Amino acid sequence: MSNIDLSRFHRTFFDESLEGLDAMESALLRLDIGQADAETINLIFRSAHSIKGGAGTFGFTAVAGFTHLLETLLERVRSGQRQVSQADVDLLLRSVDVTRAMLRAADGGDACDLDNVARVSAELEQALDMKPAVVAPVAARPVAAGWSIRFIPKPDIFASGNDPLRILRELDRLGDAGITCIADDLPELGAIDPERCYLSWNIALRGDCDEAAVREVFAWVEDECNLEILPLDQPVATAASVEGMEAAPPAPDAGGRVVKKPQLNVVEGGKAAAESSIRVGTEKIDALINLVGELVITQAMLQQTAESLDPVLNEKLLQGLSQLDRNTRMLQEAVMSTRMLPVEAVFSRFPRMVRDLAAKLGKQIRLETVGESTELDKGVIERIADPLTHLVRNSLDHGLETTEQRIAAGKNPTGTITLRAAHQGGHIVIQVSDDGRGLNREKILAKAAERDVPVPPNPADADVWQLIFAPGFSTAEAVTDVSGRGVGMDVVKKNVQALSGQIEITTEAGKGTTVTIRLPLTLAILDGMSVRVGDDVFIVPLNCVVESLQPQPGQVKALTSNARVVKVRNEYVPLAPLHQHFNIRADAQHAETSILVLVESEGRKVAVQVDELVGQQQVVIKSLEANYRRVHGISGATILGDGRVALILDVAELVRGYARAAAA
Amino acid sequence: MSATPQSSPETRPEALAAGTGMPNEFLTFTLGEEEYGVDILKVQEIRGYDTVTKVPNAPSFIKGVINLRGTIVPVVDLRLKFALGRADYNQFTVMIILNVARRVVGIVVDGVSDVMQLTPEQIRPAPEFGSNVNTKFITGIGALEQRMLILMDIEKLISSEDMALMDSASVH
Repeated sequence: MSNIDLSRFHRTFFDESLEGLDAMESALLRLDIGQADAETINLIFRSAHSIKGGAGTFGFTAVAGFTHLLETLLERVRSGQRQVSQADVDLLLRSVDVTRAMLRAADGGDACDLDNVARVSAELEQALDMKPAVVAPVAARPVAAGWSIRFIPKPDIFASGNDPLRILRELDRLGDAGITCIADDLPELGAIDPERCYLSWNIALRGDCDEAAVREVFAWVEDECNLEILPLDQPVATAASVEGMEAAPPAPDAGGRVVKKPQLNVVEGGKAAAESSIRVGTEKIDALINLVGELVITQAMLQQTAESLDPVLNEKLLQGLSQLDRNTRMLQEAVMSTRMLPVEAVFSRFPRMVRDLAAKLGKQIRLETVGESTELDKGVIERIADPLTHLVRNSLDHGLETTEQRIAAGKNPTGTITLRAAHQGGHIVIQVSDDGRGLNREKILAKAAERDVPVPPNPADADVWQLIFAPGFSTAEAVTDVSGRGVGMDVVKKNVQALSGQIEITTEAGKGTTVTIRLPLTLAILDGMSVRVGDDVFIVPLNCVVESLQPQPGQVKALTSNARVVKVRNEYVPLAPLHQHFNIRADAQHAETSILVLVESEGRKVAVQVDELVGQQQVVIKSLEANYRRVHGISGATILGDGRVALILDVAELVRGYARAAAA
Repeated sequence: MSATPQSSPETRPEALAAGTGMPNEFLTFTLGEEEYGVDILKVQEIRGYDTVTKVPNAPSFIKGVINLRGTIVPVVDLRLKFALGRADYNQFTVMIILNVARRVVGIVVDGVSDVMQLTPEQIRPAPEFGSNVNTKFITGIGALEQRMLILMDIEKLISSEDMALMDSASVH
């Protein structure tokens, strides 16, 4: 149809269509049955319409055909001919799923379930009370009254990127279109301007479509043409003038040079969004972030060199450097913020999931989300989605009681799951809480014994809750298809830790459970405290540091020959001499003559023994594994101001080592 | 301080002997008394030895990691690994930065000699000989007048398990 390769627009089409589907889905879930507001309905309609238009343009006829049905149903709702019922919302949601599957299939993904497509199509048709012939319009249908359309595009219609041929094709889809091309205005071959449209058309459209549907076809070109739509009273004998689609190309064959613009309808559909944002590949942004990271290091290097300069003689240079320091940091922040997305991107999938699962489990559940606009790194968002899904499923399935149980317990029959996101220092905290039955200490301990999960003697509650993160642990009485296959919580924990996050559980019997996930804002940068042990400098993530202290004589007590504790206020904290852990030299062999950094992870504390606190700085995290391997007790590396490499301490692992030693 | 030999495949197509798949251009270096050769296409650059950050609990032949223009690169002292010569570090100590198995690794050697071309006739099969170098990494002996060059499959060596340079999961 066109000599411009449309396939390069496919990516945009798929991305925007999938986004449109997400918008549709969330709008459908917002929809108040009975008093649907026009704005929401319009939003849903527009999404469906854009997808249909795009699919038609790019030749995904199956998608276009299906979304056409969807759109028709929505159009009825929009025009007030139909009241939305709960069944309609269900049907529309399933249609969204089907469309998504079809788009994924068209995008080269897995083939979609054709039976399902056919089933939902049939349901849509039934809802529309239409005959299935709509999907494949053929002349065999009884000719009903239709519309007589006179379509005179303005000569410059091509300039707006519209193609009359597409419109005619679209009309043909609505019914049996008899199209007559009027070429009276066509000039001599030599005088033809290939970018002007000289043709107009008369269309006799026979089919049981309403005027709005016809007008919809012309929606993009309304301002670019003269349009007359009149009811076709009697089945006019137009057979003579029907020339079929081939007879109505939008440009004279004789010209043969007519350049058609690629269709821009899809893009237009998302116009509002396009004005305020552009699509950039993440790899470009990552490259930018890496470069800025290098710049920060170079800048720090310069700063360090400059410290040895005479401040009076080099006043201008030093001023410039401090200006550079500010600018680099601002640049770094700005670049980092481009990777930030509101957490809504992941929260938005839950209303649908909760709704479906609640129906499946026969529970009444309300989902509340708080702080959806909290921003965090796209990489974190992508990798937190699965763990969160698991936690929500768990809450739904195990956490919340059935309606009867809730009534019996004197609670609100409708259970509530709350998703909460907030910034806390350099962290983002995401909580999944339910007001269900809470965790049962005895049951977990019994299960742990049954599954041979090691349990510390006289475990504290917090230790018991941590047991559910052990591999192969599931306390669900019945294994349902929602959750409870015993894989999961350990994976959740692993995923969270892979993001250098932490996971904690608080629970109260009969009141509910809250799972708290703490994540760093970004995976690339860390606030660190640099400490020196002998000749080596290590970075301790600042978020783990509780305090640092110089022990007084008698504050350090030996339990055995190589296990010592430090008494900090009323707590005994195990002492972790880094030089022993890492087999390196230290200036001070004894804790009393060194400095202790109290670090905390997963609710446990350890006092790390170091020689000196060097300073605090933001460091860019570099992978040690890219060219080397994982090192115990080290989570990564970074480059210091002087260009040297410093290793970042893996506090969680260090603390866990002591916890294991204590449990053994 | 860093000299980058022309090592990209585009510029040195002749570095592979036609049809045999055997490299025919080698960077030669010395470890103690012996002279070794590695496929020049695996060499990224040569630099002087400078400050290395020690990695805790690593074998002694892994000197640590360096910052190579923003990437963290491990450094292996082959002299220690093969117990050849004395591992002195002075201003002449040289590091060869290799690009093998999609990783960047530095090796410390006593000195880099030159780049040599060997014809297939000059390459003899590796004999069973009593070197400290494990013979499975030796692909052949390059005979060049008075000199004898031990040709090493550096990729196999670096990715071998006893180099402890990779997580065992990623060793094939």
